[in-house]
Amino acid sequence: MMAIPVKAIPIKAIEVKWFAAYREAAGVAAETVHTDAATAAELFAEMQRKHPALALFRAALLAINNEMADWSRSLQDGDEVLFFPPVAGG
Amino acid sequence: MNKSGISSFWLADSAIDSTAFREQLADESCGACVIFEGWVRNHNEGRAVLRLAYEAHAPMALKEGDIILQEAIERFAISKAAAVHRQGELLLTEAAVVVGVASSHRDAAFQACRYIIDEIKHRLPIWKKEYYADGTAEWVNCQQCAASHSDSEMHA
Repeated sequence: MMAIPVKAIPIKAIEVKWFAAYREAAGVAAETVHTDAATAAELFAEMQRKHPALALFRAALLAINNEMADWSRSLQDGDEVLFFPPVAGG
Repeated sequence: MNKSGISSFWLADSAIDSTAFREQLADESCGACVIFEGWVRNHNEGRAVLRLAYEAHAPMALKEGDIILQEAIERFAISKAAAVHRQGELLLTEAAVVVGVASSHRDAAFQACRYIIDEIKHRLPIWKKEYYADGTAEWVNCQQCAASHSDSEMHA
């Protein structure tokens, strides 16, 4: 009898960086996360569970590998994901 | 920062030298120079402000800042454009941002300078934290975020 190949859910290593109000709520500026989150939106929700202080925060802006990105963007192993609060320069 | 000398954006950790900033714009073909300085003021939305802190994500801020200056050069009849934004702690009356434009005639310089400061405010990954006289502190534009506490400072 042939063994049925089991397809494992791929776990990705993602470097997460937090800025400004998010950084203070997360309590860290950067962390490496091993996740099966498919999109940046899923990752943000997962991180809100990890850091309860972030649960009060709305997702605002996102960059992946130093380029602005959509929340529906699928994550790749090794991506650097930057979560930005609303900007306030000037 | 920019090899052409036509435009440059950078981030400064200490007070901006306004004389040096102006000198880099000097151009014999230009009859107008408009410089805008955004200062740290002592009040915002009815609250007394004591000081500010700016946080920037430098790799993206530098790149986007140069793109904004290039856009201004393409859209308006100007010769040179430069801008600098502070990061870290700032005191009242300090310049948080300086934008400068040089052009043959003044209309283009005024328009381009206005364009650049507006785009800097909207597009650069820079965040401002205000420290108030009542001892509290808040990240500006983050009203929907959790209430911030002056004692939750993180020095990462």
